[in-house]
Amino acid sequence: MSSFRLRPALLALVILPAVAGAADDVSGLRAELQALKSDYTARVDALEARIRDLEAASAVPAPEPAQPEVPAKSPAGASAFNPAISLVLGGSYTATERNPDDWTIAGFPPSGGEVGPGERSFNLGESELTFSANIDPYFAGVLTAAITGENEIEVEEAFVRTTALPDGFTGKVGRFFSGFGYLNEVHAHAWDFADQPLAYQAMFGGQSRQDGVQVKWLAPTEVFLEFGAEAGAGDSYPATRGAGNGLNAVALFAHVGGDVGDNTSWRAGLSWLDSEAEDREGGIADASGAALFETFTGNARTWVVDGVLKWAPSPRRQLKVQGEYLRREESGEIADGSGVLIADDYRGTQSGWYLQSVYQFAPRWRVGARYDSLDSGTPRYTLAPDGLLSSNPDRVSLMLDWNPSEFSRLRAQYDFDDARDDGTGLKDGDRVLRLQYLYGIGAHGAHKY
Amino acid sequence: MKNLLRLLVLLMCAGSLPAHAALKVLATTPDWGALTTELGGERVNVYVATTALQDVHRVEAKPSLVARARSADLVVATGAELEVGWLPVLIQESGNSRIQPGAAGYFEATSALKLLEVPTKFDRAMGDIHPQGNPHVQLDPHNIAAVAHALTAKLSALEPAQAAYYAARGKDFDARWTAAISRWESKAAPLKGASVVIMHRDQAYLCHWLGLNEVASIEPKPGVPPTASYLGQLVTKLSGTPPKLILLNAYNDAKPANWLASRVHAPAVVLPFSVGGSPQAKDLFGLFDDTLNKLLAAK
Repeated sequence: MSSFRLRPALLALVILPAVAGAADDVSGLRAELQALKSDYTARVDALEARIRDLEAASAVPAPEPAQPEVPAKSPAGASAFNPAISLVLGGSYTATERNPDDWTIAGFPPSGGEVGPGERSFNLGESELTFSANIDPYFAGVLTAAITGENEIEVEEAFVRTTALPDGFTGKVGRFFSGFGYLNEVHAHAWDFADQPLAYQAMFGGQSRQDGVQVKWLAPTEVFLEFGAEAGAGDSYPATRGAGNGLNAVALFAHVGGDVGDNTSWRAGLSWLDSEAEDREGGIADASGAALFETFTGNARTWVVDGVLKWAPSPRRQLKVQGEYLRREESGEIADGSGVLIADDYRGTQSGWYLQSVYQFAPRWRVGARYDSLDSGTPRYTLAPDGLLSSNPDRVSLMLDWNPSEFSRLRAQYDFDDARDDGTGLKDGDRVLRLQYLYGIGAHGAHKY
Repeated sequence: MKNLLRLLVLLMCAGSLPAHAALKVLATTPDWGALTTELGGERVNVYVATTALQDVHRVEAKPSLVARARSADLVVATGAELEVGWLPVLIQESGNSRIQPGAAGYFEATSALKLLEVPTKFDRAMGDIHPQGNPHVQLDPHNIAAVAHALTAKLSALEPAQAAYYAARGKDFDARWTAAISRWESKAAPLKGASVVIMHRDQAYLCHWLGLNEVASIEPKPGVPPTASYLGQLVTKLSGTPPKLILLNAYNDAKPANWLASRVHAPAVVLPFSVGGSPQAKDLFGLFDDTLNKLLAAK
């Protein structure tokens, strides 16, 4: 609007030279004055036109500012670069028919991890504390610490991953959940049941971690096609950390996936793990309960086939079906408790699988069922006692959970457990009820498929 | 044999001519997909991650999307944490450095906009609040115009050699869109001040644009489904002065809105919400045409 004030000033400029010119040689200057006049008139006309344009333009809503206004509070100073922090609070109430203290999986050597229903009554679960942020333009870092109910802090994952490698490559170094199979990488708070399938409990102690490196490559195809390789020290069962410089746990895996229509998606995978064990503790017992051996030194090769399918016919309903088959062959030396060699030609083959399905039937409700089955096989070695039996533990689990929001979950799970050892390597029945709570606070986590 | 050789040579040539290849764009919603197609024409190859019948808050980082992200030259997202539950994982798993947030191939529509409802208090007891403001921006056509300007600049920056092409398309879209806005605004004049009940905060920009008078929300708090007692309170509150319209989106559960509609004797209108949300909402123009037609028909 201030443009309007220019107009009288310009008119004055037009008039002033005209008055001054009249005092001098009138006839000589008249032509000059006329020229000046027409010049200024033209300029005034141009300015008036510009004013009209500006008026017209301001009637149309001005385009939105290029940058949003800064929200009320924006972090400043040293805290501006604080990592995203999230915390999961969880716990459960457990009721079992039999004392779970001596719970082991029938026919399988103890895998040393989280096996069985845990303690009775109320139990504080792991409180998962995660920090994550980009480190620089090339790397991002993540730490997930589990504060256990036993007042210990455990580093669940602590790794650095690349963000700037070209051509579909990503790398990880540090401690991380191994990328084989489907469920191994999934954090406990995102499980669809209160515990891991028996196959994972028996063969990996629940979840397999690597202290090592991982490289993944995603193919540039419309179908999801991913290949990964890992090498680690072997801290996680069935490997052990060796005395030497070796890499005792190596894993290779491939995943393929895609969509069927708008509502169905799937992923399938094949993984292979090569684990070296040195004086690994934990043997198996014969029918009388006597230990056949106490330690194992040798090699374990595990194959994992996994598949998951999700069908979401509406934003409020989803069906998820997943299953995995795991098979392990071990060969090496077995020894007794004092390190005396029992056999150097030990061979054992174990396998297990599970199939589970979870259906979200209402916006906040999900129901699920899972079947677990294991086959312990029988150990084969020179001078192995006759009549060793294989064990086939199995279990049926039913689950119902209620999710008041994305950040809270209450769950009931009932297990028809025919997996626990009766003391002679054979399975025995138990019934387990678990009521579980899970709550998340802090940064909004994003979950993997 | 000759033909086979010719085919082979052709295939090899096709592989070595990336300059003619279209930009691969992964758009998070059908609206940004439609806008990118308007602006990029045959120079863009757009893949849309979601449909209008999905809730964009609750999408998964599906393998098919990871595969698309792997090869994408550009991700067009809403931003303001709308896609926070899945897009970060998608980008992380993609192994594609070009589309990482902050890289040249990452675009957020909300970066070009001033958002409504920026909270001054951050507390999840208030429901699903978005710290940077309400991210459901697409139902105000002025927002589309502003995003179009920014997206044209982004496309030109990615392909500087094609800047003139993108500028021409951008100008053409702008002219058609500006004309459409004035058409819509004069057509929607009778709706101004109409009292409406909304379902979720994702209708806030529509109300803001049309000057609708929002009297209640079926969700007691953002993202929190209504309880029977809350709906009962709504009936008591609204039966004295029933609203003109009850608005819901194609992807919403229609039950609570229909129940309320029968109690307070106001029509429940299902709006497309996104491109593809109704048979008429084939593109962005259709989205607004159909939204206004449905509102005016129900009024």
